[in-house]
Amino acid sequence: MATADRTPTACGVLRTVAAALLLTLSAPSIAQTRYGIGRAATPAEVAAWNIDVEPDGRNFPPGQGTVAHGRDVYNAQCAACHGANGEGGMGDRLTGGAGTLATDKPVKTVGSYWPYAPTLFDYIRRAMPLTAPQSLSNEDVYAVSGYVLYLNGLVPDTAVIDGKALTSLKMPNRDGFIADPRPDVKNRECMTNCAK
Amino acid sequence: MARTPRQPTTPATDVPATLEANTVGSAVTKGRRTFLRRSGAWVGSGVALAALDLHAQDAARASSGTASPPAIPDSMKAPGAPVGDKLYGVPSKYEAGVIRNVPKNQAQYISAASRTPLGDLDGIITPSGLFYERHHGGVPVIDPLQHRLMLHGLVKNPLLFTVDELRRLPSISRIHFLECSGNPVYTKPYGKTASDLVGLVSCGEWTGVSLKLLLDEAGLMPGAAWVMAEGADAAAMTRSVPLDKCLDDALVVYSQNGERLRPEQGYPLRLLLPGFEGNMNVKWLRRLKVTDAPVHSREETSKYTDLLPNGKAREFTFYMEAKSIITSPSGGQKIPGAGFVEIRGIAWSGHGKVVRVDVSVDGGSTWTQASLQEPVLTRALTRFRYPWQWNGRPAVIASRVVDETGYVQPAFEQLVGERGVNSFYHNNAIQPWRVADSGEVFNGNG
Repeated sequence: MATADRTPTACGVLRTVAAALLLTLSAPSIAQTRYGIGRAATPAEVAAWNIDVEPDGRNFPPGQGTVAHGRDVYNAQCAACHGANGEGGMGDRLTGGAGTLATDKPVKTVGSYWPYAPTLFDYIRRAMPLTAPQSLSNEDVYAVSGYVLYLNGLVPDTAVIDGKALTSLKMPNRDGFIADPRPDVKNRECMTNCAK
Repeated sequence: MARTPRQPTTPATDVPATLEANTVGSAVTKGRRTFLRRSGAWVGSGVALAALDLHAQDAARASSGTASPPAIPDSMKAPGAPVGDKLYGVPSKYEAGVIRNVPKNQAQYISAASRTPLGDLDGIITPSGLFYERHHGGVPVIDPLQHRLMLHGLVKNPLLFTVDELRRLPSISRIHFLECSGNPVYTKPYGKTASDLVGLVSCGEWTGVSLKLLLDEAGLMPGAAWVMAEGADAAAMTRSVPLDKCLDDALVVYSQNGERLRPEQGYPLRLLLPGFEGNMNVKWLRRLKVTDAPVHSREETSKYTDLLPNGKAREFTFYMEAKSIITSPSGGQKIPGAGFVEIRGIAWSGHGKVVRVDVSVDGGSTWTQASLQEPVLTRALTRFRYPWQWNGRPAVIASRVVDETGYVQPAFEQLVGERGVNSFYHNNAIQPWRVADSGEVFNGNG
């Protein structure tokens, strides 16, 4: 895509050289791909966009936060929707429900249902609070993640939460998930006398 | 249209037998039957059928009555609106009641859903303005000139595209349904109308770029197994998609039904994963990260997992299994009177094509094959119809689809027997409608 010249005139060669130089020197560059459409994403751009933290601890940002600070963040940012103690309201219930998953009235919360603590950090950082997502500092997100875990009795009130702490915390329902076995029911193509 | 081995070999409109089986025969009914038989066309005798329009809101004008209509209606006595009166056309004012079905009294509407009015629609293409919605952080306003799509992770060439650049790449258009996996849930209170129950399904023609092409451009590295998709909305919606699906029929879409995506559908870009639960079809798509494992986002762990009675939950339940529903007559509608009723509905499967739909008008004891309206497309809504002679007595009607894998749509009791009532997602049960002797139609599930 660098040049449309098809005849090897001096001018064309010069243009080709100039275009190649531009490709080399300028960053970001035109994509060196089959179609040559789009451009390379720079490492800085990727780093700025790539906010996903994963259950194995990859890609946590630097920082940490205390449960004590998390209480302040929670009361200011979360309690209005999730309740003073995570009991829920306009927003999801966050606490309790231990031992209910196999009952008629399961209560799915961070403590009873979520398999991975890093997901809590990831979700709060990207999507909470509902009316102002991506407004909390990393320290605030670490802290409030810790506070929600504390409300569920999963960390002590003295805990300092960082990526390592979240990754190493085994959530109660970590082993509660199974692969999709569907089709799990088999109906018959009954045409007559099908009612029991 | 290519036919699969499971395609029925007998004509689908096996009407007379059905009529005999379901007609006990008043003089009126018999007379109509004779007329229809003589006419030689069970469907398409428009004048006769127009009088039996089941449109609930049209009930008042459904009867042609005894008064003669004006020989010269007002619309013929003066010119109508000039060209250019509406630069973007909208439905007739008489159709103002055909709107999205938004549940009342929700705590908030930033993360909520609206449903397609299935009982009011014909055909297989959902009008863009009536497409169902499920947003987790509201509908963002995105300037397409500012929007970018990034591909990174386990790729040789991390890439950044503008929307216009994506439109320069080879394009694909396909018709596919999209369905939320909570459509409907298993617990009471059950919905009253087809829209209440199954209105989180819609179907459109989508145009975009093959995701495989984009991944080929980026160049997959060893270990690539999943692709995480992220939206540019306030939820930064995040889902992990198996690489196999991304290399199969996945699209990065910029247009729907011929025009650019509506904001509610992800303008200016969305992911489309035909047959996969709606939530994975990330709207306002801005980032695709190739990974070696799923990221276990909030949406694929705490939500969109299917809890079983034993306390375990199924995860990564992607496919929407085969489902069908009668949309006319359906809950909330009223059959104007005994006689001919064309039962109409939609069927679809995330696993491919619909090959057959059976209809029961006796509560599931007897089933008869319905006719399928072409085109019958992979992972798209398929219209079915079945001519019924209603005898004016209470009846329970239902439809049952079979897809090209041989899967037969199950009864609700079968699903509950396997999954309990707290599984929440992927309820694809047969939906019975109870027709009262008044002609009113109700949900056949208590």
